[in-house]
Parts: sequence; structure tokens; C-alpha cells
Amino acid sequence: MSDWSRAVSASAKESAPPGTTSATRKAPEATTSGHRGLVLEEELLFEQGSPDLSGVDLPPVEAFADRLGSLERKAPIGLPGLSEPQVVRHFTRLSQKNYAIDCGLYPLGSCTMKYNPRANERVARLDGFAEIHPLQPAATIKGALQVIEDLAHWLEVLTGMPAIALSPGAGAHGELCGMMTIKAALESRGEERRRVLVAASAHGTNPASAATCGYEIEAVPSNEKGRLDLEELERRLGADVAALMLTNPNTCGLFEDEICEIAEALHRAGAFFYCDGANFNALLGRVRPGDLGIDCMHLNLHKTFSTPHGGGGPGSGPVALSAALAPFAPLPWLVHGEKGLCLREGRSPPAAQSIGRIKGFHGQFGTFVRALAYLMSLGADGLKGAAEDAVLNANYLRTRLEGTLSLSFPGMSMHEVLFDDRFLEGTGVSTLAFAKAMIDEGFHPMTVYFPLVVKGAMLIEPTETESKASLDAFVASLEALAQKARAGEAAFFHEAPRLAPRRRFDEVAAARHPVLRWRPKAAAENGG
Amino acid sequence: MTQRRFSAEHEWVRRDGEIYVVGITDYAQAQLGDVVYVELPLKGRRVEKGKEAATVESVKAASEVYAPLSGEIIETNEALSADPAKVNADPEGEGWVFKLRPDDPQEFEALMDEAAYKRFIEEKP
Repeated sequence: MSDWSRAVSASAKESAPPGTTSATRKAPEATTSGHRGLVLEEELLFEQGSPDLSGVDLPPVEAFADRLGSLERKAPIGLPGLSEPQVVRHFTRLSQKNYAIDCGLYPLGSCTMKYNPRANERVARLDGFAEIHPLQPAATIKGALQVIEDLAHWLEVLTGMPAIALSPGAGAHGELCGMMTIKAALESRGEERRRVLVAASAHGTNPASAATCGYEIEAVPSNEKGRLDLEELERRLGADVAALMLTNPNTCGLFEDEICEIAEALHRAGAFFYCDGANFNALLGRVRPGDLGIDCMHLNLHKTFSTPHGGGGPGSGPVALSAALAPFAPLPWLVHGEKGLCLREGRSPPAAQSIGRIKGFHGQFGTFVRALAYLMSLGADGLKGAAEDAVLNANYLRTRLEGTLSLSFPGMSMHEVLFDDRFLEGTGVSTLAFAKAMIDEGFHPMTVYFPLVVKGAMLIEPTETESKASLDAFVASLEALAQKARAGEAAFFHEAPRLAPRRRFDEVAAARHPVLRWRPKAAAENGG
Repeated sequence: MTQRRFSAEHEWVRRDGEIYVVGITDYAQAQLGDVVYVELPLKGRRVEKGKEAATVESVKAASEVYAPLSGEIIETNEALSADPAKVNADPEGEGWVFKLRPDDPQEFEALMDEAAYKRFIEEKP
């Protein structure tokens, strides 16, 4: 998805604090099998495989003459031989080790890990949606086209923007698509603008998307309130600036309160305003980005509109476009023709200025169905309620925790709340170690070390999914951990996680000497 | 006498005749944490004062190394590709990043000297 926000830090010093050697660490109680409780340890499928095993029985092959000639395979293909139950058990065990929103609170800031209602899944599994193929005749998929049309309509109403490009496959792809339309619009005006300004608090994908389009990137710093510094922006604006990329609410969980002035400044300079819609969950039904002067904004269906993500399903990053950018939207276009809805797949009017196709077929259709089911089941009032509850939950956590953790910017937050590591000063405990200790407490850690505008960031996004009881339990654990840190129990944190199936990983060694490919033991030992 | 100057973006520059050696300061490496990758500029590339010249990546984040002087890159520290940990172990020695030939040696004089840089990092919030 579009986040680099899950990056965490480790230091070798932390994983082996002074005075602690691996020998003095308490080894987990050994078992004969190597399993612990009902958490089973097993080898990789490739290591379990045996050539005499197979999931199917095939009749012996009679003699035949092949026409492969020299192309005939000489060596075994190297796939493991496995029985069906072996495979099913392996993947079931893996899924049990996976922490998911269906297991509990998942407070990863900026990721909007909200519950995925089962009603969406029910609708997505209807034969008319699940069993269709993108290459079947258009006349046989009228219902699917209507879903795309209806979803686009909902998104247009929510954003207050006249056009939606649905094909981008995820947030960063949406950013790329948006920046490509901006570039195309500028080129059609005969302008060659070389620079894109990006807020210092931006998701890392923002500068990456603009750079992929060939732009030079310049960061715009935040002010002391954690918002984009308008004066610093104006100082950087000029005839060679193509666009500003800004997230609202920003990654500090704050509403950009000068956003209208920012839009005006950009438009005065002839530049476009790109808004990263990753945090749209805070604004649903309350604020229409089109009213703020935004020209282009991607939405993350997998965040705001409750479709599974983070390994659970494909993303989808539709882009809302202003009237100035709409003619450049990617193909295909859904248009109303004589025979009802149809797809325009070539660069012919009205799509003559389109940037062209950016994804195979029509986008993540299964995700569209889920998002539309979510929109229709909540309705306009329900969506507004979801945004309000998301903001309420974040502010509840802020008021409960601001005396314990260190709040980075005072005052109301939006859908997520940002703390930093000042409360750990002098304790010898880092943000990373604190996050690892949360795993032992049964909580998935928040986003750490992002955004980069504060030191040792802890970004918490509870979403509207969580009940007060769930948030209270989370607060109780954080309070207890903070107290432990202040009581001088740094060693406890350096040891964490103690109760997870795996202990602390050596992230530094993994990054410096990555092992990217599994090899059979014999080959690996021979250095092969 | 070795002459060293410092930028507000935490690069150090050492004059070595007509050539200037650039790296990141001890303060910068401590803030970054363990460096896992260094992206070096191409030899012969022109760099502009205050603009990105290299990237230093730690497990926390990727940070730009800005050119403290405008000029031409004439050598890079290839040893960092195999052993980026040198940036942590000896940031102001073996962990140097690139050497450049400046357009205007006067730019060097305008940078902070050691005492000024020391005050600069102490005043940081």
C-alpha cells in the first residue's frame, strides 16, 4: 500500500544491551517437539517436501514422443512434493500467526486499519461479481459497469470533484496517476515546470511518485504547530513549480488549517494542488476536498472504505480530479452511450487527451464492489458518523494518554494522534523497545519513527472500529509500560518481545546482509 | 593544519589542497542510527550547494547528504558500498562519502568552523 510508515529502527546496542549476553538471557522452556503450547514450529514447505509425496494420484504416463527437442528439462524442477493436508496445515498455521484486524486493535497510524464488514464480502462473492471475466463481452457485464458508475458517483459527491479515475491499483499508484495528469495538463498549456514541492511530513511515496514523473523534489518544512509553513511555501513558489503534494489531515494527525490559503497561493503561481487522501477517513461527509481548492486527490479504498489490506487483499487508489485535470484521466473511460454504459478504451473523443492506460483491465473490481457495499450500507449519514467516531476515538486516546506519553502538538487531533519519545528521555528505552514491549502486552504497536518531523514518533490511529472498552484496555497497557520505563526497568524493554513466537529481529544485519532467496541446505553450505 | 568546516545540514568538509572531502558528522550518524546503505553520486556529476548529492539509509529512514559546496564530484568512497557501517564507526575519517572540486572555494570559508558547529548542535532543541 502507499505507506512507508511501517519502517522501524533497531540498533545493535539495543538487541544486546551492556551486561547481557545471549547466555544470560532466559531460554524459553524447551519441549521435545520444539513446539510451544499449540503454537507449532515447522520447516519451510521446501524443506518439508519429499519426492514421493503428491497431493494427487495421476495414472502412469504411457510412452509418448515429445517435440521439445533440446528444450526438454534435464534437472528436476525443484518444487517440493507435498500431500494436501500438509499444505493446508502449513498455510493455516501461518494464518494463525498473522495478526489481523479480525484479531483485535490495529493502531498503525496513517494506515487506517478499520474493520472490514462481512456484508461487503457477502456482496463481493455474488456470482455476478465474483465469476465474471474482464474479457467477456461488454453486453454481459452491465451490472459490473453500473457498480463502477455508482462508486464513481459516490466518490464524486464525497470529494466534491467532477471526475474519478478508478483504475489505479493502490495509493502510490494513484499518486503517480495524479502527477501524470498534472504533467499532461501542464504540457497541454505548453508549460515545462520542473519542480514539485512536498510537505516535510509527507508519506515517502509522495516524493517518489513525483520523481518517477521526472520532477525535482523540494521539501517544505512544517511550522511550530505541525502544519505546512505557508511563508516557506510562498518563498519556494515560482514559474517552474508544477505542484505541491500535501496530506490533509497531515501525518501528524492535524488539519491543515491554512489549506485554502495554500491552494490560493499555488493557483496564483500557476501550480496544481495535489492532496494525498490517505487520511480521508477523518473528513468523510464533513469536508469536500473540492471546496478547499484541491485539484487532484487519491483515495485509498482499502483504508477509508473498509476493504481488506495489509496483506489481506489488494489495494485500490482512485483519483479525484478537478475540471482542469479531468480531460487527462487515464483509460478506460466509462461513458454513457446509445446502448447505456460502455467502456471507451482508446484515445478518441471525449478521451482524446487521456494519459492512456495505467493498469490492466479496469482496476481492482472486487475492491470496488466491497467499497460500494460499504458506502451503501452506511449511507451518507453513516459515513459522516464513521468519520466523527474515528476523530472522537483518536481524541479520547489523546486526552487519556497526554499525561503519560508526550504529545507532539497540543490541541485537538483528527483521526490519529502523534506522540514522540520525550517521555522516555533518560530512561534508556527507545521508541522501538517500547513498541516491542507492547507486543508482549497483546497489542500490535502503533506506527513508529514516522512522521520524521518529530523524534521517535509514535503515531496512533484507533479508527472508528474500536469500542471504549477496547481503547481503555490499550491505555491501561501503555500507562503500565510507561511507568515501568520511568521506574528504570530498561532491561525489560531491551528483552522485549519475550512472549511472541519470535524474539527481537536483528534488523540492521537483515538490511546490511539481506538473504533474499531460499536455497536447499546443501547448496547454501557450498556457498551456492 | 587540517581545515574543516561544517554545514547546517550536518555535513563536514575537509580541505585537501584543491580537493574537498565531504562526509556526515558524528552528530548526524548518531541521530540516524545504524547505516545500512549509502547511495553514492556518479563521478563527474555536478552538484549544487544545498542540493542532494548522496543518500544515507538507516533502518529508521533515508536521509539526503547535501552538497555543502557547488562543484564536480571527482571521487566517491566505494568502500561504503560493501561496508556502510564505516559511516557509524568513523564518520569523519574512513566514512567519508565523496570528494569534490568546488567552483568557488570561497563557499568553504562561509561554512561553520568547528566551534560554531559545536554551538549549533548544542542549541538544537
